[in-house]
Amino acid sequence: MSVKLTEEMLRALPDTRGHFGAYGGRFVSETLMDSLMQLETEYLKLRDDAEFQATFDKDLADYVGRPSPLYFAERLTRETGGAQIWLKREDLNHTGAHKVNNTIGQALLASFLGKKRVIAETGAGQHGVATATVCARLGLECHVFMGSEDVKRQSLNVYRMKLLGAEVHAVESGTKTLKDAMNEAMRDWVTNVDDTFYIIGTVAGPHPYPMLVRDFQAVIGRETRRQALAQAGRLPDALVACVGGGSNAIGLFYPFLTDESVAMYGVEAGGLGLSTGQHAAPLSAGRPGVLHGNRTYLMEDENGQIAGTHSVSAGLDYPGVGPEHSWLKDIGRAQYVSVTDDEALAGFRQLTRVEGIMPALESAHAVAYATKLAASMDKGQMVVINVSGRGDKDIHTIAQLDGIEV
Amino acid sequence: MSRIQTVLQTLKGQGRKALIPYITAGDPHPDRTVELMHTLVEAGADIIELGVPFSDPMADGPVIQLACERALKHGTSLRQVLEMVKTFRSRDDKTPIVLMGYLNPVEAMGYEVFSDAAKAAGVDGVLTVDLPPEEAEDVAPLFAERGLDPIFLLAPTTTEDRIRAISAHSSGYIYYVSLKGVTGSAQLNVDDVAEKVSRIHALTSVPVGVGFGIRNAETAAAVGRVSDGVIVGSILVDTIAKNQDDIEALKSSLVSLLKPMREALDELAS
Repeated sequence: MSVKLTEEMLRALPDTRGHFGAYGGRFVSETLMDSLMQLETEYLKLRDDAEFQATFDKDLADYVGRPSPLYFAERLTRETGGAQIWLKREDLNHTGAHKVNNTIGQALLASFLGKKRVIAETGAGQHGVATATVCARLGLECHVFMGSEDVKRQSLNVYRMKLLGAEVHAVESGTKTLKDAMNEAMRDWVTNVDDTFYIIGTVAGPHPYPMLVRDFQAVIGRETRRQALAQAGRLPDALVACVGGGSNAIGLFYPFLTDESVAMYGVEAGGLGLSTGQHAAPLSAGRPGVLHGNRTYLMEDENGQIAGTHSVSAGLDYPGVGPEHSWLKDIGRAQYVSVTDDEALAGFRQLTRVEGIMPALESAHAVAYATKLAASMDKGQMVVINVSGRGDKDIHTIAQLDGIEV
Repeated sequence: MSRIQTVLQTLKGQGRKALIPYITAGDPHPDRTVELMHTLVEAGADIIELGVPFSDPMADGPVIQLACERALKHGTSLRQVLEMVKTFRSRDDKTPIVLMGYLNPVEAMGYEVFSDAAKAAGVDGVLTVDLPPEEAEDVAPLFAERGLDPIFLLAPTTTEDRIRAISAHSSGYIYYVSLKGVTGSAQLNVDDVAEKVSRIHALTSVPVGVGFGIRNAETAAAVGRVSDGVIVGSILVDTIAKNQDDIEALKSSLVSLLKPMREALDELAS
């Protein structure tokens, strides 16, 4: 089933309680409700505030380096032998990923709300670094929660955060990964709710987070749309982005939702393969439930306990997904697929070899799927991949798989 | 009138305050839970809050997180928790049982299936930490039809408008969270609690139980003085953890924590 979306329908989403159809909402303990409602009220005011938006746009231009280029990957296109492949270069942003678009926006919100203490959760460490960066710039106290497993596999980013003045808290509970980091951030928030702003890194969590993170990331899609028209003289036929929580994907997709001719593919982490259960692909193999403040597709067991996840990429290693993606899946506007660890690694190597661009392992999932997709399309068609981050942080992981000590 | 309402009304008639202990079902082992529930009653419990373990207990501090992990290690499921209540009921049909936990296990079971099973097992109330009344529209009528009391939380940050709205959706009692923080936090401020609870009492006739930060007879009495009941959790769960390998020591440690609280609360009546 696919529904023709209109601007009017999109303006009505999420509804006043934060629902995208059956998904989203605000499932938190009572202590946080007042803060969330205040945040929603203030954000809706600032969204239409010219001064706030001008500051945001200026920071994106002068500090992040936007617009990021839309680049025609000519050799990759030739090697693939199908549709033209174009890359949206979010890896060229300051701090090396799309995450900073959102942290700039939320740190501005924190400043407007007069909050001096910032907390964040992180998986791969990209969101943690992006948060520590904007906190350093604005002189805000910064605490980052990170699963102790991730602290081990992303030690470079841990050190970057410390250099930036953030305090990194290793989380030892549960599976010691991103979901547990988010639990711990929520626990800190409930304890320090008066003076603390929680910068959530993806389009999940309780309302209004999925909405405001989407709005801050939508700059990706707005630029892509403009650049495609200017550089290729047309809209793309397909957009491809990796989906963990889904912020880079929604950022790319959102400004195209009413363009019926543009197909959208969200690529989840297939890990060792969906049939093994060792993956992080709730939209492909999960079912709806409630976690971290919203209703969405989840990986869980038959008793509603959240399942452990596996992905070679720490940034996709999360059992849930943003509620707007759950809605887009159900109405058929976007397709959600998965690629395995091995396919993603092959995508990493291919882009590195033929274009001289090392994508983050997260983004390599999008590369791997997009080349398969492009190969099945006509030469005259156009595919855009969101290269959401750069791969420097993953060099240790890749080297280890190659049996090399670096 | 529900079992919870009957008990609280009787206590009120006697000028007494409710003692409401919490333990996590399946901790330290599913085979022990029913026995521990009876121990709580013998030590003076008026109502039992029985925790349903969840993999991601976001509102809980380390003590109850570890209890959930111990219970889940033995595979304690919501269906098993309901079986435990059923078994408990074969010996005790007076003490109200409130299930306390998170929404996802209930969603996984299905609202209607859960409501039927909870009623059949002898559950009296349901407290779902991450389910504010705004999101409870689907499940509330199912509870109401079966006479299950929906217990909601109020917090220090709850505004007067919300106190009114949440009270209107509540029956049995309202759970006032005494502090900003997770379960097991230590910074209880009795003056703040007294002020907030008196404001809640002015806005609703639903009884108010107070939890978070109650660790001994002294804090129980201080909170009991201004509320209708005290809820004690982490300190009990902590003693379960410490005595998990010796069931008799465990039971006597629970009794020696609860008895002085019971006595201190009853002294308020005299």
